[in-house]
Amino acid sequence: MFLGSLFVKREPLKTYIRLIFDEAVIIGVNSIVIVAIVSTFMGAVTAVQTAYNLVSPLIADYVISVIVRDMTILELAPTIIAIVFAGKVGSNIAGGLGTMRITEQIDALEVMGINSVSYLVLPKIIATLLVYPMLVIISGFLAIYGGYLAGIITGIITPTEYIYGIRADFNEFSVTFALIKSVVFAFLVSSISSFKGYYTQGGALEVGQASTSAVTNSVIAILTADYLLAQLLLD
Amino acid sequence: MLHSVSGTFLPGKTNLIIGASGTGKSVLLKCIVGLIQPDEGEVLYDGREFTTANRDLKTEIRREIGMLFQGGALFDSKNVEQNVMFPLDILTTLSKKEKLDRVNFVLERVGLANSNRLMPSELSGGMKKRVGIARAIVNNSRYLFCDEPNSGLDPQTAILIDSLIQEITREYNITTIVVTHDMNSVMEIGDYIMFIYKGRKLWEGNKETIGANNVAELQDFIYANNLMRALHGKE
Repeated sequence: MFLGSLFVKREPLKTYIRLIFDEAVIIGVNSIVIVAIVSTFMGAVTAVQTAYNLVSPLIADYVISVIVRDMTILELAPTIIAIVFAGKVGSNIAGGLGTMRITEQIDALEVMGINSVSYLVLPKIIATLLVYPMLVIISGFLAIYGGYLAGIITGIITPTEYIYGIRADFNEFSVTFALIKSVVFAFLVSSISSFKGYYTQGGALEVGQASTSAVTNSVIAILTADYLLAQLLLD
Repeated sequence: MLHSVSGTFLPGKTNLIIGASGTGKSVLLKCIVGLIQPDEGEVLYDGREFTTANRDLKTEIRREIGMLFQGGALFDSKNVEQNVMFPLDILTTLSKKEKLDRVNFVLERVGLANSNRLMPSELSGGMKKRVGIARAIVNNSRYLFCDEPNSGLDPQTAILIDSLIQEITREYNITTIVVTHDMNSVMEIGDYIMFIYKGRKLWEGNKETIGANNVAELQDFIYANNLMRALHGKE
């Protein structure tokens, strides 16, 4: 019902275009720094830990970057960043909408004859669907680059071997799979957080609870969807 | 919560719904503006049934409604000008200049000329109410609803807000409905008064006749404070 009401009696399209752009800035641009930091360290740690576990002299060093690449594209960039994203953006969406609810701003929209679900939530969902895949792409590049830097700095792999490994046996479907996951996760985070925020009742305490609940539920949904998508698409 | 409350508000006048806290005044107001769907009964706006109206008619009626919420319900992310312009942006096709002229006109009318750039967090309680009134009338509303317009205000500011509501009602021939438990408001602006007690309408009349009522609950409500008792020799 909540998602259905997004498309009933909407305002003119130009209203939404501006709102989507604004939300894309709030959701996407403001998340770049945290995504960049997490991704770079994620790639670096993956490279170092993979090297630590590869003790056999029969395994070539370039396998480190193969593992960094595949782990990053298949799991770390879309899924771990989605969890970080749920923490940052999901709580922000739920907190913002919850505050609007308890301070009667949502009632004010309704009294004006504006479909508040559509006006407030639809731009957030569309903006998230647009920007999260971009964040995942950025994350993927930075994680692989983080692995490269860690490998070079610690001397566990040479630049040539690392780049060779990144190119070796590359399966393009991994990228498609990551992008499919990113779209699904974006939808889950934005819709669950919006739902939790929009239906907040009470006061400041309940807004905090709605934010926490939005993050918790989003993370559970992400991990469940992650498993289901892997089962469906990689089988 | 409410039982068989029935009444006709006077068009172009200031109508008050009064009663102690928790008696159902705000619930009644929310039923009238459609924020709460009543279990039974009807709400008529100049003969147009609202509660069971289809979405288009409901939207049409709502766009004739302006509402001042208890806390102002100003949009936190928008400044005064953007808040007041919001209904015009969404509901009209006026040019930017026409909208700005209209916003400046109503802001001047509520005594907030040159406050366009202030954010809601920079406004006092009285200023928030004024901006709320400006936003409620900017779209030439036919019906103005005010939920406890004096709550949280000092007595002088409360009188100013009351006067402003009454002046605007008369100037623009708006049908105004105010929920209040402030006896000053009752005696100043009550062209029509409905007294609610435990969800039931116990009395209706106006500021001239309220003193002569013989309803014990209303007598208790009116003479709850020492000043009213002293003024009417009820010590």
